[in-house]
Amino acid sequence: MSEHETTAEPGGEPTRRDFLFLTTGMAAVVGGATVAWPFIDQMRPDASTLALASVEVDVSSLSEGMSLTVQWRGRPVFIRNRTEEEVEAAQAVELAELKDPVARNENIPNAEATDLNRSAGEGMENWIVMIGSCTHLGCVPLGQAGDYNGWFCPCHGSHYDTAGRIRRGPAPENLPVPPFEFISDSMIRIG
Amino acid sequence: MSGDHSTYVPSSGVGKWVDSRLPLPRLMHDSFVSYPVPRNLNYAYTFGGILMVMLVVQILTGVVLAMHYAASTQMAFDSVEKIMRDVNSGWLLRYMHANGASFFFIAVYIHIFRGLYYGSYKAPREILWILGVVILLLMMATAFMGYVLPWGQMSFWGATVITGFFTAFPVIGEPLQQLLLGGFAVDNPTLNRFFSLHYLLPFMIAGVVILHVWALHVTGQTNPTGVDVKTKTDTVAFTPYATLKDALAMVVFFVFFAYFIFYIPNYLGHADNYIQANPLVTPSHIVPEWYFLPFYAILRAITFNIGPIDSKLGGVLAMFGSIAVLFFLPWLDTSRVRSAVYRPWYKVFFWVFAINAVFLGWLGSRPAEGWYVTASQLSTLYYFAFFLIIMPLLGMIETPRRVPNSISEAVLSRKNGGSGQPAAAVSAPEDRA
Ligand code: HEM
Ligand code: FES
Repeated sequence: MSEHETTAEPGGEPTRRDFLFLTTGMAAVVGGATVAWPFIDQMRPDASTLALASVEVDVSSLSEGMSLTVQWRGRPVFIRNRTEEEVEAAQAVELAELKDPVARNENIPNAEATDLNRSAGEGMENWIVMIGSCTHLGCVPLGQAGDYNGWFCPCHGSHYDTAGRIRRGPAPENLPVPPFEFISDSMIRIG
Repeated sequence: MSGDHSTYVPSSGVGKWVDSRLPLPRLMHDSFVSYPVPRNLNYAYTFGGILMVMLVVQILTGVVLAMHYAASTQMAFDSVEKIMRDVNSGWLLRYMHANGASFFFIAVYIHIFRGLYYGSYKAPREILWILGVVILLLMMATAFMGYVLPWGQMSFWGATVITGFFTAFPVIGEPLQQLLLGGFAVDNPTLNRFFSLHYLLPFMIAGVVILHVWALHVTGQTNPTGVDVKTKTDTVAFTPYATLKDALAMVVFFVFFAYFIFYIPNYLGHADNYIQANPLVTPSHIVPEWYFLPFYAILRAITFNIGPIDSKLGGVLAMFGSIAVLFFLPWLDTSRVRSAVYRPWYKVFFWVFAINAVFLGWLGSRPAEGWYVTASQLSTLYYFAFFLIIMPLLGMIETPRRVPNSISEAVLSRKNGGSGQPAAAVSAPEDRA
């Protein structure tokens, strides 16, 4: 183990110095790791950042075809009340045509990226709520724009459809749907 | 040649007293006065000294800017405007610091290309070279975080895009990004930690610079011939010869620097950074500072999936790889001739590489569409091929020109009118220890 004259002879009895070397060595390793942890831990999102984890939004003013952007956890969240034609067009898309076939909807994990699974659900298909942070490198896409009249990210040219699914460009995934629910007819709670 | 015999003789009683207790003056004398340097160093060799001065410029201006700057999202933008308008001479200090970063990079890139041309990375200078690449990485981190501090639109979105790189890594990507940001997006915690690190890193650079110079003084400098120093006639004393040459180059460099500070202080910046950061609106065209553009072009060149690696991760890996490859340079170059002066083919590939690097930078400033994408891909290909294919192969197949026997011989033959007739054939490279 150690090349010092800690052991009297090879295979001989361990000396007191061997014992001290081992115990202090262990103490240094465990102690070092323990002390290092708070230095790393402090970097993580703090309590006040996590406390902002839920916002309530009044969407009563949002008539068909309109959208708004709110801030949640420092990031923009798009809320869009889609027109019937938009919903129909989005529903008509085959799964095979999609670059990312996963719904990316935190409310229904692992679902397929059908239009229904991306929306607020049965009877609320017109509502789309999702994080407006491009899954490429995080720019904010522009609404009512792009080849699919959904969203277009100007940074490196990603096109999303009206259900926020990536259709063309470098972004790898659909825009994520955050945990949200309608707490009344016109109030949404995000987070 | 590492000043084994000190010539320092303390002249005063105090000097002798200090010398026998902490021989710091002796170290300085041996390192910067009597230190022998090859007699044929040209102006490409003056950028090391310029870099040291630029580091001092950045630290001095930075420390005084920090006396007026407030690292909070509510105040950062206004505090920088206050530096520009209200603080006495604040505009000058900020312009020195902002343009100083650019000139720091101009100097470091010339310094690196000098190394590539004269083979400075080859044995026995591998550690010296690797320490240099470490300094480059630290400089990049420092400048990136510094650019976030004024909290303009480019600060914010540059930081968003660059920290977004980390989300490319599967599984650990997102937690890692949150760890860096201290939240789910670039925000106050991010600004605070970037300020703290922006203050710290330059001092770490200073530490690595000391190691870099230490390693340099163990192996000695290269020189344009690439031939090792053999006798005393090959060298001159650092002071006054190198000192004065460095000083003259520095003055010329500072004339350019001053021209930028006083006449076109925002030329290298971006107008969008005078708009306060807005997390809800992305500027239509995000570009990093000019010194990152070649790497940005490499990032965006990977638009296709490579096996299991998707295009996003591929771009990030290519970008990091473009710098990481520099670490392996000493072992990628197989040629036994050090200097490009005696390598007719390497010289050509080198200049194509240099032009290609500038071209990549230009491409990085263009939107990623149309033929720019194809051009970026071809340029990226050459960038990597230069290091990974050309360098190893060329060393084996190229016939170098005759290398002079010694520095003195090269210098004298040039004085006697050109081509030079080295007495013997190619100096046996294997004789070099
Ligand atoms: C390696 C050396 C350094 C480099 C390359 C560097 C680079 C930069 C850059 C690019 C900016 C943004 C400039 C702008 O557009 O406004 C900046 C800002 C700043 N830096 Fe540094 N810096 C260095 C050292 C330092 C040091 C040692 C300090 C000491 C605290 C410092 C303090 C600041 C402050 C307070 C700002 C914000 C004010 C402003 O934006 O002008 N810097 N730095
Ligand atoms: S960040 Fe949206 S396309 Fe790159």
